[in-house]
Amino acid sequence: MTHPTTTPAQPPTPPPPGAFPTPPGTSPAPPGTSPAPPAIEAQGSGGSAPAPTAAQPPQPGAPARDGRDVLPPDLYVKARRGGTRAPRPAPGTPTGGAGNGGRRAGRWSAPEASRSNALHAGAWWLWALGLATAASRTTNPLLLGMIIGVAGYVVAARRTDAPWARSYGAFVKLGLFVLGLRLVFSVVLGSPIPGTHLLFTLPEVPLPAWAQGVRFGGRVTAEQLVFAAYDGIRLATLLICVGAANSLANPARLLKSLPAALYEAGVAVVVAMTFAPNMVADVVRLRNARRLRGRPTGGVKAILQIGLPVLEGALERSVAMAAAMDARGYGRTAAVPPAVRHTTNLLTLGGLLGMCAGTYGLLAADGARFGTPVLVGGLVLALAGLRLGGRRSIRTRYRPDRWGLRSWLVAGSGAAVAAVLIRAGSLDPAGLQPGVVPLVTPGLPLWPAAGILIGLLPAFVAPLPPAPAKESP
Amino acid sequence: MIRFDRVSVTYDGADAPTLKDVDLVVPEGELVLLVGPSGVGKSTLLGAVSGLVPHFTGGTLRGRVTVAGRDTRTHMPRELADVVGTVGQDPLAHFVTDTVEDELAYGMESLGLAPAVMRRRVEETLDLLGLGDLRDRPLASLSGGQQQRVAIGSVLTPHPQVLVLDEPTSALDPAAAEEVLAVLQRLVHDLGTTVLMAEHRLERVVQYADRVLLIPAPAATPLLGTPAEIMAVSPVHPPVVTLGRLAHWAPLPLSVRDARRRAAPLRARLSDAFPVPVGQTPAPRAFEARGSGGSAPVHTAVHPPHPTGSAPTTRRPLLSRLRTAPPPPPSVQGDPATHARNITVRRGRAEVLRHLTLAIGKGETIALMGRNGAGKSTLLATLAGMIEPTTGEVRVAGRAPHRTPPADMVHHVGLVPQDPRDILYADTVAAECEAADADARATPGTCRDLVSALLPGVPDDTHPRDLSEGQRLALALALVLTGRPGLLLLDEPTRGLDYAAKTRLVEVLRGLAAAGHSIVLATHDVELAAELAQRVVILAGGEIVADGPTAEVVVSSPAFAPQVAKILAPGHWLTVSQVAAALAGREAPVPPEADA
Repeated sequence: MTHPTTTPAQPPTPPPPGAFPTPPGTSPAPPGTSPAPPAIEAQGSGGSAPAPTAAQPPQPGAPARDGRDVLPPDLYVKARRGGTRAPRPAPGTPTGGAGNGGRRAGRWSAPEASRSNALHAGAWWLWALGLATAASRTTNPLLLGMIIGVAGYVVAARRTDAPWARSYGAFVKLGLFVLGLRLVFSVVLGSPIPGTHLLFTLPEVPLPAWAQGVRFGGRVTAEQLVFAAYDGIRLATLLICVGAANSLANPARLLKSLPAALYEAGVAVVVAMTFAPNMVADVVRLRNARRLRGRPTGGVKAILQIGLPVLEGALERSVAMAAAMDARGYGRTAAVPPAVRHTTNLLTLGGLLGMCAGTYGLLAADGARFGTPVLVGGLVLALAGLRLGGRRSIRTRYRPDRWGLRSWLVAGSGAAVAAVLIRAGSLDPAGLQPGVVPLVTPGLPLWPAAGILIGLLPAFVAPLPPAPAKESP
Repeated sequence: MIRFDRVSVTYDGADAPTLKDVDLVVPEGELVLLVGPSGVGKSTLLGAVSGLVPHFTGGTLRGRVTVAGRDTRTHMPRELADVVGTVGQDPLAHFVTDTVEDELAYGMESLGLAPAVMRRRVEETLDLLGLGDLRDRPLASLSGGQQQRVAIGSVLTPHPQVLVLDEPTSALDPAAAEEVLAVLQRLVHDLGTTVLMAEHRLERVVQYADRVLLIPAPAATPLLGTPAEIMAVSPVHPPVVTLGRLAHWAPLPLSVRDARRRAAPLRARLSDAFPVPVGQTPAPRAFEARGSGGSAPVHTAVHPPHPTGSAPTTRRPLLSRLRTAPPPPPSVQGDPATHARNITVRRGRAEVLRHLTLAIGKGETIALMGRNGAGKSTLLATLAGMIEPTTGEVRVAGRAPHRTPPADMVHHVGLVPQDPRDILYADTVAAECEAADADARATPGTCRDLVSALLPGVPDDTHPRDLSEGQRLALALALVLTGRPGLLLLDEPTRGLDYAAKTRLVEVLRGLAAAGHSIVLATHDVELAAELAQRVVILAGGEIVADGPTAEVVVSSPAFAPQVAKILAPGHWLTVSQVAAALAGREAPVPPEADA
């Protein structure tokens, strides 16, 4: 690399005219007998000149000759702009791009998302956890419906077309399933809620004496169904909030934000996440391939028979990946003095023990006094251990997500929703937990509802994901 | 830069060393090509440079390997990561992260480079490899050539002095391979990177090499020399070298360009002797009969050549009419029992195949070509009944493949998938054969006889995974042939095969075609298509863009022409064996065609 030699790839061989055996008896070959220009046929041979390939964009500057030249920063900005798919209209232009849904592009509207201004993945999780905390504080179906609506709107407005972004639908379905399950259980197994509005009576299955307290079949009242529905909706809302975070935040980036000492664990999770889809693809491919051997592609037997080849394939892939990672410097460590190493172990171990003891103290009836300080102390020790352990790792991070103003706003909006509902829970418990016995129509408590609307903030401040790229054929 | 000092490698459990007494010096800034038949230890030698052998693979390494002054005995692979970059055959096995930019940065992150340096180098590498437009793309959504370029870029960012590549283009179509090779060329010339590369498809790479390292046989002493010197003695060589040896050209030409310069007398001699080479027609334009269902060319493949010269003039008006008029109802000639008529296959919203019509005659050998993702594998899978066409009709031996029970279908169509391991389930060759007999309801022993014929000397208790690529392919072929299917489909059969294994495959397939099997090969290997196929069908974007006799289609195409055709154009010679036969025939008293 230090000496940029330019060795010609082909030895310069001037064609010696008499080097090949001339056929005996043939007339001297007139050169004009080959009408096709040879240049065309020779094109396919690889273009001995390192011509830029078709996929190459027009380059803003001469490529670094020895790989160390630095382009002026403004050229890089241009190069990056060239790569973005849909150039945004200039600020202040009233006509928004068609892809932006006609949204007005002004000074205050969110910029188009790119790697540089990407929202921190943790901000999305804090926002979603805030909504989930709020949801756990109420059973009012109107408020829960609003939370679902808020989460859904933000997901619709800021979701990318990445694979993980599709998980939202799965979480919504899971939520509906949980709700249904809760209702079915309530109908079949009964409920301790006393009710007067009898809907119907199922035949009751007499159970033996040891199963006392469990009922199977019997009376089904409106009150118990409403109670189960409230409870189910709350569970579904929690799931939907988690689903929203899942589809908005890039899981790989989230793991990148882990402390250095936990990096290895993070890599394991990322690798597992990329392996799962590969294994599913393998299963599908191998099941289809069974047809080629004249065997049916469905059934349990098919799965059993391809199980081993799929596992073998996954194992081979993981060994290949381990080799690749090793050859690329994974697991390089810095030399750490033994004293630091021992201190790290001591801190981590002590911290974990302290956390265990503290948790026990909190949960036990008589230890509430010393519980909290021990827990906090253990936490501090463990964090110090993690921080010190990070000194062994020499890794650096490429373009980590920065926690900027927009991240604060997103995370803060979630926290605000949680705070409002917690406060409302103590001020207006009746509004948040509408009564079941006797049955009342749940009202919409106004100011908690307004508080939930704060959760819509990310739909306006988070950077706008670029319009889905047209698939090139 | 790379120095091997009496290096021997013995793997655990092996009785003989894989590499023996290798002495070798690769100076800085050279592109060294490593050649040799399969199983001579090429990958082992490459692994020894990056330190993966023996640190990762196990085994014993005697002697000393130094790279940029670092001894691999005392340096683990991860400690060599800043001087050696390694890229393998399958880029997907190499990727650790999920997007292009992260992947480029991964190696630097491991080395602990400062964020500002990383940022700058990523931008430089994106420009150098032409990946700027792809920077945010998920790696899984890239094409094969793009993935391989990202893999190369990902090891370039730590600025290694040595690049080690194990068959970087073998999974790529010709155009994508050129993309990757152009990048390597640029690295060697512009950055002075030392490149050590192993590759089976010599026709693609040999002209780029500064020097060639030949391992002629397992544990043999490697030879290092200029490409021309080594190619003169190498047991593996590209067609251009074979032709050069046949014509006694010295020094041997390595590129089509060199060979063309020297080929004028040979061309004249051949065209004097045989204005129309055996079994070919010189009309170069017929292949443009696109979309018309390939009805016209079907018979030309089977029938003897047309009279010279008149063909272009008579066909031209017909073609222009075809192109303006709506496509006529596809007529199917030959064996009407096996055809695809107007089929469309959709995957999600994407149309993988679009209104495609293809008829396969009995005993015909067809090569399906086209870039990665053109729909070749999908077409084969549709013919085999693994995919149901969204619209249109597929018939194989008069049945709809996807609606016929698999147990019946094995008697009519057999597909050898891209990775033969997909259809190997048992622990031993014998168990595999018994299962195949049972599946196809054939007499016990049918499959084992086929295996013995295709793959002599393989013991019953061998595990299929322990076979070499070529042997595994032969085993899969035998399993599929147990049902005696009339139509045989092969997806990318020469991937990973060396020239010897390829020659055997060609012989086997020729025999099958002579026995009346129809064969359809999806392949990137233009030399294979030239050897085997009577007819070539080129797909692009799920449509047929060319369909006709091999000579007519490939000679005029820069990407799909075999080397011999490029050298001897405008004559319609495709393979060295044709030329050899013609030259031998000329020495015979009166060759019949010479009178014409």
